[in-house]
Amino acid sequence: MKKTISLLTVAMLLVCALTGCGGNKEAVATDGSTSMNKVIVALGEAFEADTGITVTYNATGSGAGIQAVQEGRCDIGLSSRDLKDEEKANGLEGTILAYDGIAIIVNPNNPVSDLDIETIAKIYTGEIKNWKEVGGDDAEIVLIGREAGSGTRDGFESITDTEDQCQYRQELTSTGDVITTVASNPGAIGYASLASVKDTVKALTVGGVAPSEETIKDGSYVIQRPFVLVTQKDAKLTESAQKFFDYITSEAANEIISSAGVVPAN
Amino acid sequence: MKKNRLFENIVHGIFLILGLITVGCVLLITVYLIISGIPAIKEIGFFNFLFGKEWASTAAEPKYGILPFILTSVYGTAGAILIGVPIGFFTAVYLSKVANKKVRAVIEAAVNLLAGIPSVVYGLVGMLVLVPAIREIFDVPDGASLLAAIIVLAIMILPNIIKVSITALDAVPKEYEDASLALGATPTETFFKVSVPAAKSGIAAAVVLGVGRAIGEAMAVMMVAGNVANMPSLFESVRFLTTAVASEMAYSSPGSLQRNALFSIALVLFLFIMLINATLNFFLKRDKEK
Repeated sequence: MKKTISLLTVAMLLVCALTGCGGNKEAVATDGSTSMNKVIVALGEAFEADTGITVTYNATGSGAGIQAVQEGRCDIGLSSRDLKDEEKANGLEGTILAYDGIAIIVNPNNPVSDLDIETIAKIYTGEIKNWKEVGGDDAEIVLIGREAGSGTRDGFESITDTEDQCQYRQELTSTGDVITTVASNPGAIGYASLASVKDTVKALTVGGVAPSEETIKDGSYVIQRPFVLVTQKDAKLTESAQKFFDYITSEAANEIISSAGVVPAN
Repeated sequence: MKKNRLFENIVHGIFLILGLITVGCVLLITVYLIISGIPAIKEIGFFNFLFGKEWASTAAEPKYGILPFILTSVYGTAGAILIGVPIGFFTAVYLSKVANKKVRAVIEAAVNLLAGIPSVVYGLVGMLVLVPAIREIFDVPDGASLLAAIIVLAIMILPNIIKVSITALDAVPKEYEDASLALGATPTETFFKVSVPAAKSGIAAAVVLGVGRAIGEAMAVMMVAGNVANMPSLFESVRFLTTAVASEMAYSSPGSLQRNALFSIALVLFLFIMLINATLNFFLKRDKEK
């Protein structure tokens, strides 16, 4: 008797754990990149005001968002990196929503204000270790980065061609942590989405070009990456999800995308 | 009469099911961890995984050695115990035996408050105050280090150690102490030669509980330790077992070896915790048998 009951309980728990929650038909579920928070929330609010359809956003990270689309747990996945070939082979499709500039940030007290992309790569690979080598004070350079798998790290390392070679002193798990750390350490250098950079840190110009919407759009600011909407190639979106998708990729949404600090692609 | 018995049986059944929910959760987690943790260990190789010195999960040629994490967790916990236990132990002796009621009430309230502070707050304060302070005091380029993590952990385990030790010390029969005092021992001699030995199982349990909390903490540590997979060194950025799982989980792609290896790390951590729990049970049982 006892055995039967305990077996039943375990079975019941398994069923509860394995059947995820089914999505609400009316709402549009998005899931993914934490860097896309600002832009997706702004778009979702505007869309809801227009149509009355709610948009939910789950900030889990690019990898998790892509997984969620694949498993059908959300309508639209959000990725702040291009889809990998293996992900495309799994029947996923990416549509670029916007471009995000990655700002290189230093402490405001740091006299250095311009570096070119090669120098940045040399700094991050540990070839240049002291600020005086690039015209700054005599202080060790403290490299602040993001954790392995982060879209920003992936974006930064692929753009500067420093994959797997960065000699990080700290690997932090959020943009906010990076900014806080750089703001509190005079020798620190870090990278973060331009949209989230605050006055507590100084954004460097790269090769003489300051990061801004114009320079990202015309391609002269080189450290930038795409914000990608991920959908299943074969499966059709629900009616409300399709509406949302069309809305955010239309020109009408550009103003909202710009106001979130990133550059619209369409 | 029969109706009553039926009712009793139903109620018993409900209680049994409620009780089994906990057991079910533990079982589910254990089974899930073992099932998802074993494949990566098999693929990487048991020795390469546990004793590999390099972790580069997203590199073109990924390396999955978790020795740095294991050692960091062990050193970090040991360091926290080294700082936390003496402070906690003497505080407990003082509060239980020496302090007058008013002082005890105030300090106990503070200790309880310390226990209630969420770990993310410890992390935040550590990040904004402790890390820059270590950088200034020790003149190192960056303060995020094993030392910062040890200090934060030591403070976090204090309430556990103090509270459990106090309970153990309070339970020492007053007659023991009276006898000691009557034989001419000073109060200090009495506390350390009679009360503390009588409460030693409880105090040991307190230490083990502290170890458990320290080794399982992720959030606060993640914010102050720097999270680079270096071999542990006091002023270097380090990554713990917990933070290794937490920091890469969100971005690892599903089904990949990286994700599976993270489950394997969780499994190792789980085994550590089981070991600690077994030790704790051993101390508590010995206490009861006496």
